[in-house]
Parts: sequence; C-alpha cells; structure tokens
Amino acid sequence: MYKKYSIAFGAALAVSVAGVSGGAMAKVEGDTIILGSALSLTGKYSTNGFHTQKGYDFAVDRINSMGGVKVGGKSYKLAITYYDDESTPSRASQLTERLIQQDGVEYMLGPYSTTMTKAVAPVTEKFKVPMVEAEGASRSLFTQGYRYMFAVLSTSEYYLAPVLDIMADKAKAMGKNPADLRISMAFENDGFSLDVRAGVVEKAKEYGMKIVIDDKLPADLSDMSATLTKTKALKPDILLVSGHSKGAATAARQIEEMKIDVPLIAYTHCEAAKVQEKFPKSAQGVMCPTQWLSNLPKKDDYFGDAAKWNADFKRAYPEYKVVPYQTAQASAAVLVFKDAFERANSFDRDKVRDALAATDMETFYGDIKFAPEGNNIAKPMFYRQIQADASYKPIITHEDMVYPRKASY
Amino acid sequence: MINEKLVYLALAILGLAGPFIFPDYTMQIAVLWVMVLMASTWDIMGGQMGYNSLGNITFFGVGMYISAAIQVSMFYDLGLYTASYGAIKPVFTETQYYTGFIMGVIAAGLGCVVLAVLLGLTMFGLRGPYFAIGTLGVAVAAREIAGTIEVIGAGAGIAMPFLPLPIEYRSLFYCMIFFALAALAHFVIRWMFAQQFGLAANAIRDDEDKAEAMGIPTLKYKLVGWSVAAFFMGCTGAVFGNMVGYIEPLEVAFPVATFGIFMVAMSLLGGKGTLWGPVLGAILFHIVKETTWTYLLGLQWVVLGLILIVNIVYFQQGIMGWLQTKYPEKFGISVDPSLTNQKEEA
Amino acid sequence: MLDNLQLLFVFAPVMNVQMILDGIFIGAVFALAAYGLALVWGVMNVKNLAQGDFVIMGGYLAFSLFNMGVGPIAALPIVAAVMFGFGWICYLLIIKRVIDNDMFVSLLATFGLSLFLQQVMNLIYGPEVQTIDSKFPILTMFDSFVTVPMAKVVSLLLAAGFAAIIIIFMKKSRTGQAIRATAQDARAARVLGINTDRIYAFTFSLNAAICGVAGVLVSIIWVLQPFYGIVYSLRTFAIVTAAGLGNLPAVIGVSFALGWVEQYAGIIMGAEWQIAAAVMVLIGVLVWRQIQLRRQRQVVR
Repeated sequence: MYKKYSIAFGAALAVSVAGVSGGAMAKVEGDTIILGSALSLTGKYSTNGFHTQKGYDFAVDRINSMGGVKVGGKSYKLAITYYDDESTPSRASQLTERLIQQDGVEYMLGPYSTTMTKAVAPVTEKFKVPMVEAEGASRSLFTQGYRYMFAVLSTSEYYLAPVLDIMADKAKAMGKNPADLRISMAFENDGFSLDVRAGVVEKAKEYGMKIVIDDKLPADLSDMSATLTKTKALKPDILLVSGHSKGAATAARQIEEMKIDVPLIAYTHCEAAKVQEKFPKSAQGVMCPTQWLSNLPKKDDYFGDAAKWNADFKRAYPEYKVVPYQTAQASAAVLVFKDAFERANSFDRDKVRDALAATDMETFYGDIKFAPEGNNIAKPMFYRQIQADASYKPIITHEDMVYPRKASY
Repeated sequence: MINEKLVYLALAILGLAGPFIFPDYTMQIAVLWVMVLMASTWDIMGGQMGYNSLGNITFFGVGMYISAAIQVSMFYDLGLYTASYGAIKPVFTETQYYTGFIMGVIAAGLGCVVLAVLLGLTMFGLRGPYFAIGTLGVAVAAREIAGTIEVIGAGAGIAMPFLPLPIEYRSLFYCMIFFALAALAHFVIRWMFAQQFGLAANAIRDDEDKAEAMGIPTLKYKLVGWSVAAFFMGCTGAVFGNMVGYIEPLEVAFPVATFGIFMVAMSLLGGKGTLWGPVLGAILFHIVKETTWTYLLGLQWVVLGLILIVNIVYFQQGIMGWLQTKYPEKFGISVDPSLTNQKEEA
Repeated sequence: MLDNLQLLFVFAPVMNVQMILDGIFIGAVFALAAYGLALVWGVMNVKNLAQGDFVIMGGYLAFSLFNMGVGPIAALPIVAAVMFGFGWICYLLIIKRVIDNDMFVSLLATFGLSLFLQQVMNLIYGPEVQTIDSKFPILTMFDSFVTVPMAKVVSLLLAAGFAAIIIIFMKKSRTGQAIRATAQDARAARVLGINTDRIYAFTFSLNAAICGVAGVLVSIIWVLQPFYGIVYSLRTFAIVTAAGLGNLPAVIGVSFALGWVEQYAGIIMGAEWQIAAAVMVLIGVLVWRQIQLRRQRQVVR
C-alpha cells in the first residue's frame, strides 16, 4: 500500500527548502548592536515575561536617546531581537540556538525565571556568547562553572534564609534559644523555589531550628489547605512560602480563610502577587524579600536614582501603578551590557565577556560587581514587613520587626 | 507513476546533507526528526491498531530520566549531582560521556519496553476513549511522580553533562542520531506492517472481538506494537534530554499538552493509519510551526487549538486519506497481485 | 509520613473534622462538573475533555462580573445563561459534526477546544491567579482550630440547590423527559417526534451551564488560573468512570470520596502528592473496572 508518494514529498521538501532560506544577520549591523532574548510572552510566566521585556525596552530607548553606546569612537544604537519561548525550557533552548546561529546574535539578555535560564545557559555557554541575565536567581545556576553568564540580581539563598537570621536575633533578644524555633514551609516544586528551600534548610541546620513541615506544591495546585491544616495543628513559629506570584496569592488567600496565627510569615513575590491589596487582613505583618526598593539611594548617569527611574518608567508605561522589581533589574542588565561594550571598546565576544567579568558600577538598581561564578555580590537583598497602615517597612535588624505579627482576622 | 525511491532519496539528502547545506538550521532539522519519530511511532498503535493513546509522551519522559540517571550515576553519586546547590560539579571525560550516553540510550529504550509491557497489561482492557483517557492519566501521573523523586532532582530537574565536541559539531551530532533513529523506526515499522503483523493490527482496529474470535492473539500483537513505539520514544527522549541540556518534569520531560498532543495532531494531519501520513504530517506541521510561529505574537497557541479543532472536525481523513480518495489510482491501497489471486480463490 | 499519620490520629484528631469538611466542599464542586459530564456522556456519547476549562471559564466570567460590581451570588444566573449560550455555539460548530464519529474524535476535538479556551483566557486575564473576595464571614469551631468560611458553606448550599433544580427539571419537565428518552434510545425518540438534534444541543449547553455554575463556586472558594482546567477534567472523568452514567447518588458519593482522598493524600504524603493522588484514583478505577469485567470476558468500552 505504500509506494509512489513523491508528489506530496516533493511539495513538502520544496516548502522546507523555502522555509529555511534566508541568511544570518550580523551581530552589529551598521550602527546598531543587536542583542537577543527568548522571553516568555505566552504561557504561565508571561506576566513577568512582559515585565522583563518592558524593562529591557525602556533601558534601550533611554540609552539610544542619550547617545547610544560608544565603541571605537563611533556611536552605536542598541536593538533587541525577541522570541517567545512559550514558558517552556526546551523551546527556550531551541530559540536561543536560533538567535545565535540564524540571527547572528552574539550578546544575549536573559529569559524570565530560573527554569528558563537553566535551559538557556548551556546554549550560550556552548557558543561562548556572553549573557547578562536579570531574572534567574537560583544558586544552582552559579555552581555549574558557567563563564559567559552574569546575573545582576541577588541569588536564591538571600530570599528567605536571612529571615531566619533576623528571627534568631529576635529569639535571642527575647531570651529564647533560636534552636527551639520550629519552621513550617511550603515551596513550589520548581528550580527557583527548591533552591530557596535549600538555602533555608542550610540556615535552619546552622541554628539547630527544627523543620516540622516541608511540603512541595505542584505547579497546578490551587489548594494548599492540607499544608495549612498541618501548620495549624503543629503551631510552628515561622511559616515560609515560595511559589512565584501564584504561590503567594494562593497562600495569602487560604491563610486568611483558615485564620493561621503563626507569629512570623514570609512569602516571596508579595508585591507581584499584590498580597497587601487583595488580602489586607492576612497580609499584616508578613515579611517580603525584594531585590530592589523604589526609594533606593543609588544612581547612575542614565536613569538618575531609583525614584527617578521609577517615575520615568511610569511615565513611559502609564499602565503600571506599581513597578515590580523584575522590570528594574531588566533595565539594569541592559545598562551593564552598555558599560561593558564601552570598556571593552570592541565587539569581540571574549573581550566583551572579560569586560563584563570586570564590571564594578553603581546603577539605580544598586551596585553591580560579579563574583567569578557570575552572580552579583555587591547588591544586598531587602526585607520589608507589611504594616497595619498598608505600608511596607524596611527591616534591617530584628528590632524593626513587629513580632509576633498581629493579624486582624 | 510516482516512485517511492525518489522520496527516500530526497529524505536521505535532507537528512545527510541538509545539516551541511544549511548549517544554521541543524537544530531545527534535528527537531524535525523528533517530530517524525513521535508521529510515526504514535501511529503504530493509534492509527494502525485503533488504540488512540494520549500518553505516549510518558515513554519520552521516562526514557529521558532513565538515560540521565544512568549517565550520571555510572560515574558519580546521583543524589549529590542533583542536590539543590549542585554539591558536586563533575567534569565528564570523553570516554565517560560516550559510554554513559550509549548505555543511557539503550537502557532508556529497554526500560521503556518493560514499562510498555507493564502498562499494556493494565491498560489494554480499555477500549476507545477509555484507553485515551487512561493513558492521558498515566502521562499526568508520571509527570507528578517524577516531581516527587528527590534523587532525580524533583521539580528542579537535572542539568545534563556536556557533549565533549566542538560547538559546531554538537547540534550535528544530535541531528544525525535523530535522523538515524527516525530512519530505523521508519524501516522497522515498514517491515512490521509488511508482515502478518500489519494485517493483524488492522484487524484489531476494525473489529477486535472478531479478530480474537478468528484466533488472532490480540494481546500479544498489542504488546509488541506498543513496545516498539515505547522503545523508539524512550531512545528519542534520552537523546532529546541530552540535546536540551536541562531536564525537568513539567515542560521538558512530560509535555503532555504540547508534544503529547502534537504527535496525535501530526498523524491526523498527514492521515493516520498510513506509513507516510505521519511523516508527511510531521514535516508539514514542523515547517509551518517554525516559519509562522514566531510571527503570531502570542496568538500561536490559540491558533494551534483552532487548527486542531478544524483538522479533527472538518478534515478527519488527513492529507493521505484525502489523496487516497481523490486519486485512488495513484495513492489508493494497491494489493500485491499474488495476494489478489489467493483472494479470488477464497 | 508516619509523623503525619500520628499527628492526624493521635495528637490532633480534630484535624480530621477540617479535612472531612474541606473534602465535602471540594467534592460539591467536583460533583456538579461530574454530573454535567455524565449527562453529555450518557445522552449523546460525547466525552468532553474541555469540561475543566468550562469550569474555569465560568469562574473567570464571575470574576469579570465581580469587577463590574456584581456579587458572586447574583452572578450565578448570569454566568449560567452566558455559558448556556456558549455551549450552544460549541455544539453547532464542533460537537454536532463529531457526534456520529468514533468517540476518540470527540475526545480530541474537545481537547482542541480545551487548548483554545486555556489560551484565550490566558490572553484576556493573564497567567496570574485571580481571586474574588466574597466578603463572607469565617466561622470557627473547636477553639478556632477548625475554620469554616461561610463562602464555602454558601457554595455548598448553592451547589445543592442547583443540583436539586436540575434533577427536578430532568424528572418533571417535558424537555427533561425528552432528554432522558433520547439517552435511552435516540432512534425511538426520533420516531416519536422528538427533535434529537435540538435535544443534543440543549444537553450540551446545559452541561456548559452546570460547569459555569461550578466555576462560580470555584471562584468564590479557591483561586483561578487559566491552566488549572485539565486537572478538573481528569477529576470529572475519574468520578464518572467510577460512578457510572446516570447514577446521581454515586456521582455525589464518589465526588466526596475524591475530595477526601486528595485532602488526606496532601496531609499524609505531602502536598506534592495531591494531584498525583487524583490521577491515581482515575487509573485505579479504570484498572478495577477492567478486572471486574475480565471475569465476564468483557472489556471497558
């Protein structure tokens, strides 16, 4: 029954040849430097994918309008080629290869989320293409020995583990032994949250604190009442939740509903999930780690200080009422690239890479200086506690913290 | 008269010379062969035997994990390798990598055969939509369970060892392996369906009860068919995991709603139950996807859902099926003259 | 795991009250969606894989109405009506054309519909979870150890009330009788002058409306996200396969049982097993049915 089908195949092959023709562009075309990025513009990460994209675009516009990038006495404009990785890692790695091989991109900006970065980094490393990423925080990204990847943000162990430091100080101040503290934790089952968890586990071991609940939340779980019921029965001193905005929103809703009265609660992604606006009752006293503050007293020549960047960005994108830190760090990543091009004074990939490695600069986003592994060691993470009047109060020592939290259920 | 040899020649040129003529597109050609593998192996059960599985992606993911586990644990402690901070960061020597890779792919194939037999024994009492839902359930369960196993990295996944080849050869390496696998799968399927197996499979599709009444050992045929599909899916998954370089359960290993459905859609598009239909469907699907996808600006998934609906509702017979009815003299089912004589006697 | 069992049965047995109550609240929502599936499956032999997405869509409609200032209870009839209309359109465009085909076709077509709905909802509402604050009070029991949000009680009552209306409608009204007649023997029903095409359209739309109501309840008591639908679909399939078609008490019973299985799996084995547990129930039911039928040398079809 199978013979003679070459007409159909001839057609298919003709289409395939037509489909793949069209050559690679150069990395620098005329007076434009082309950066590439595979971002999540559809699928489960798309909200933050767009936040990232706008951060990149805003920085590119600003740099171009202020004279561009000066290399070898000539001024170049920046442009970014985007692809949509559909929030799937295998697609992200394929598109990165496509950006590098077919579109000739030689400098990459990172994707959104640890998971995507884990898929993209092996490819950029393989082609020796420098990448500055702003959205992949996992510690495990920086233990792989990647030489061409640089991250402007603080890594995952700074998200929730330092909350335990603050809490241990508090316990000491109250005349209690930190080793008596008991922790309940729920982390989404993905690369980012599990790395945050690893940091917490390490820190808890250091203090001898006991982890009484250690649940992993499946990606499509809309209900964490089982974990919270256990929390209620065991009455721990600390409740930690990490699961992007989705995890924070689900947790906040059910914590309110079940009147969880743990004295200290901390989530990642509080601001992105609008925990305070949507769940004001349970949000009171919640600790939130954040990469960046919009009143940070740091500045650079392009954006001014953090407050000015914040105001300018809102003017350029009026749909934002509160600008998430994901956008700020994306802008900072572009700034790092610009700085490295100028210091390298060349478009040679390895020279740019070495210039990136030697980065030591102040930006509106904070200081940026890379460790040999590629993570930014100059910038601290910030912790804030949601107050009764809905404001966020920066917590530096345990004395700033309201403990136990007063929830008004 | 259309010559099948020409088709093979054209495909061989695309497979062997394609990556050299279009070196920048090696990755896409490699994924093309993955798509061809998925569609043609799905068709063994789905098209030819009437067992429409929505869960063949299980073998893809299980193969990927088996291979990853073996590649690492042959030389290092897997638990330490996948620990959250990467407690150890070993460098695989060339010998280690290739031995691990070969062993991993073979073990993935064989492991998936064992899994297929076990699953087959529990699932083959289901018919029609129950089989489809049951296998979909298996795929989702596999995904969830893989996410609970700490030693393979749980939800955080595994970063695969690097292929120790210069960069310009890496994509080529995977592309050639996938081409070889796809060709092997094609000829195995072709050979199988030229045997009694093909007749038995179609008999099972048309009426399993009658087939059984005729004395055809249906369970045996179903197990063999599913095992072959599982073997190739397992090997494909193993190599794919290495190519992507990073494995995690939700989207890379068990992409139930993407590749899991693509393979069915491609077979239907090309025409299920034919040797060439799934191949044609896969090639067309991949080309259309790669050329138009990035220009649909976020609407691509909506369009995909629509294509699937339109394909199933309005164009069920697929391209090959349409050609067979439209041009029966060229594409219709031809019968070997020697068989015809027997038929007339009967 | 042993710790958790100990906790559950030795140290804090009151937890069981919370688990059982939560199981019932969850089960009520599952029961509605499962009843809808049993209806279309029984009457027109269509296996709707977009069932869960209809639920989520109903939830998002309620969410939109809530943002316009319509409370969830007032939104219920509106959502039901809109979903009814949407179901009719789906029937005309898709289901009508696959209804006479082999059942895998209807399964795949509805899977396509499911993908389509997911992505459209993602485009409109974005992938972040959305919630409705229905402002109901939260009751507490056992020294505030067990909490019962009024929202969940209200949703349970609404589900029960809606189910009662559907049952009375199916038993007493002419249309309901026609639906049941069509389910029993479509050909005979046609001979007796029932317009079965209209009955099919009505049944499918009724199912969409039921799912829409279930979605409103989901929006009051949990969170919405465009990609959660598939899990609801698998759960409804598990329930209907276990309970059989046209057996309403069994559907309700199995729904509650599934709710409990998920809750207890989450407590005893950890939250990462909660969805796995629901899917394992589906597989378990299918295997069990096979074993049952194998004795009579039959298969599940």
